[in-house]
Amino acid sequence: MDSTAVIAILQHAVPGAAFEAGPATDQPTIFVPRERLVETMTVLRDHPELQFSLLADLSAADYLPREPRFELVCHLACLGVSGAPSAAPSSPKRLRVKVRVPGDDPHVPTLSGVWPAANWLEREVWDLFGLVFDGHPDLRRLLMPEDWEGHPLRKDYPVQIRMAARANEPLQLSPEQFAANIAAARHAADKAGKKDG
Amino acid sequence: MPELRTETMTVNMGPQHPSTHGVLRLVLTLDGEVVISSDITIGYLHTGIEKTIEQKKWQQVIPLVERMDYLSSQSNSMAFCLSVEQLLGIEVPDRVKWIRVLLAELQRINSHLVWLGTHGMEIGAVTVMLYCFRERELLLNINELIAGFRMFPSYMRIGGLREDLPPGFHDAVRAFLDRFPPKLQEYQDLLTKNPIYIKRTKGVGALTREEALGLGLVGPLARASGVAYDVRRAFPYLGYETFDFDVPVGGNGDVFDRYLVRIEEMRQSTSICRQALERITPTGVFDIEDYRIVPPPKDRVYTEMEALIQHFLIYSQGFNVPAGEAYVPVEGPRGEQGFYVVSDGTNRPVRVKPRAPSLLACQALPKMIVGGLIADVIAVIGSTDVVMGDVDR
Repeated sequence: MDSTAVIAILQHAVPGAAFEAGPATDQPTIFVPRERLVETMTVLRDHPELQFSLLADLSAADYLPREPRFELVCHLACLGVSGAPSAAPSSPKRLRVKVRVPGDDPHVPTLSGVWPAANWLEREVWDLFGLVFDGHPDLRRLLMPEDWEGHPLRKDYPVQIRMAARANEPLQLSPEQFAANIAAARHAADKAGKKDG
Repeated sequence: MPELRTETMTVNMGPQHPSTHGVLRLVLTLDGEVVISSDITIGYLHTGIEKTIEQKKWQQVIPLVERMDYLSSQSNSMAFCLSVEQLLGIEVPDRVKWIRVLLAELQRINSHLVWLGTHGMEIGAVTVMLYCFRERELLLNINELIAGFRMFPSYMRIGGLREDLPPGFHDAVRAFLDRFPPKLQEYQDLLTKNPIYIKRTKGVGALTREEALGLGLVGPLARASGVAYDVRRAFPYLGYETFDFDVPVGGNGDVFDRYLVRIEEMRQSTSICRQALERITPTGVFDIEDYRIVPPPKDRVYTEMEALIQHFLIYSQGFNVPAGEAYVPVEGPRGEQGFYVVSDGTNRPVRVKPRAPSLLACQALPKMIVGGLIADVIAVIGSTDVVMGDVDR
């Protein structure tokens, strides 16, 4: 099934949305408008002729200085095994779904309601690219420390940078405090020894 | 009778805990022995490999991707090479395909052996660990034979392999394939009917088919839950459709079924290895012989000016990859894995995004451990076979 066939089904199921085929050679690729993303993905998952039941991957790419700057990329797979027990299995196929996201308004609707798998994948994209997923239940950083500034996989983020993460900074003791700790521990050990003896 | 007052307790498991397979941190809330909630923190091994890759030339990426999922190095580099070869529009010769299949299947056995050993040890079967690492040593020796490097051979290259197979390769692989099936039976004798092992694993951490699909689980984890999906079957690559093998599928989705599926996979991989080894001639073509992409053979570099120039061009400037994007999935030891590569037509990638099966397995952990006992958490983490290098990258 090529991208035009997928678009034909989608235009029927999601009326009024402008879909567009992408120029990829390895698997069919379609562009989906940002506003209709959740609706489209639900159709892609549930339509008996499509049955893309597996969200294989969700990531993004930064094409600075091009505008719209970001692309959200989802790889879907129909596994060739029946997604719902009632429906007949569809033949295995893959689809790449892309969404253009402008740099001055990096917001995308969340897909975690369609596939639970999207939860952490979206947190990773927020962490590394700074795309905000509207409606996400738990949009925290995933890989970088919680108080990190900036989004490392953006093209305008420097490659080599020194920054200390404050949240994970080890406790610093002065030599005096350290000696006092040791003395207190020895004192406690002596006392316990006396009690036993 | 007066009501007993109970309090919940918060336990911090990890990041440095012997059974968390690296640096995985779980904050568990316990009510007695029962886990009532869990919060998972990852990122302790995050080294920014994706950002580093964007600074490298295409060939230089291979050692980096091998170090992501450090138990399936050859599957990683194979998946990356396949995606770049898709962009370049080239197809490797048959002999290279069979060698890649053979090495990828040996890698799967290797990874499953480490999994079986550590998983067995964590729930008390220490003998299995010693046995598994004994057989794994033979596989590492084969890696050493072909590349001089035991864990990360970097033997797969874009457009073929680094060099031809060394003398004695067939004998080494055949010796392993003859020795392995009886040993595999030995592991099964130790565990499959062991009442302690069964009690620790049966019905523990079960996932239904729908939960596994929704959470994006693939590979042995999903197959144990009854999702009969194997990339080698559904989307064949490297001529897997010409090999004869079965895809084992479980039904209960618990730790015990995951064990059975992986054991059977090792048996099937041994069979694929035998078939592939039959097709590989001891010497022959080992790359596409297009010297714009692969370096010319050394005997020509030493004798011909043009070959020498080409050699330096490849290693100093690399080669350009046509603009576009590609994602070729392969069946790694942990399920579907692949690299989404984007090129702008230059000698460096714009974006390389690995699909990390371990990340999704990690995400599914709360679903498996909440409501169970704290002692089962160890068994469940072991059964998911997460590799933190793949989770954090």
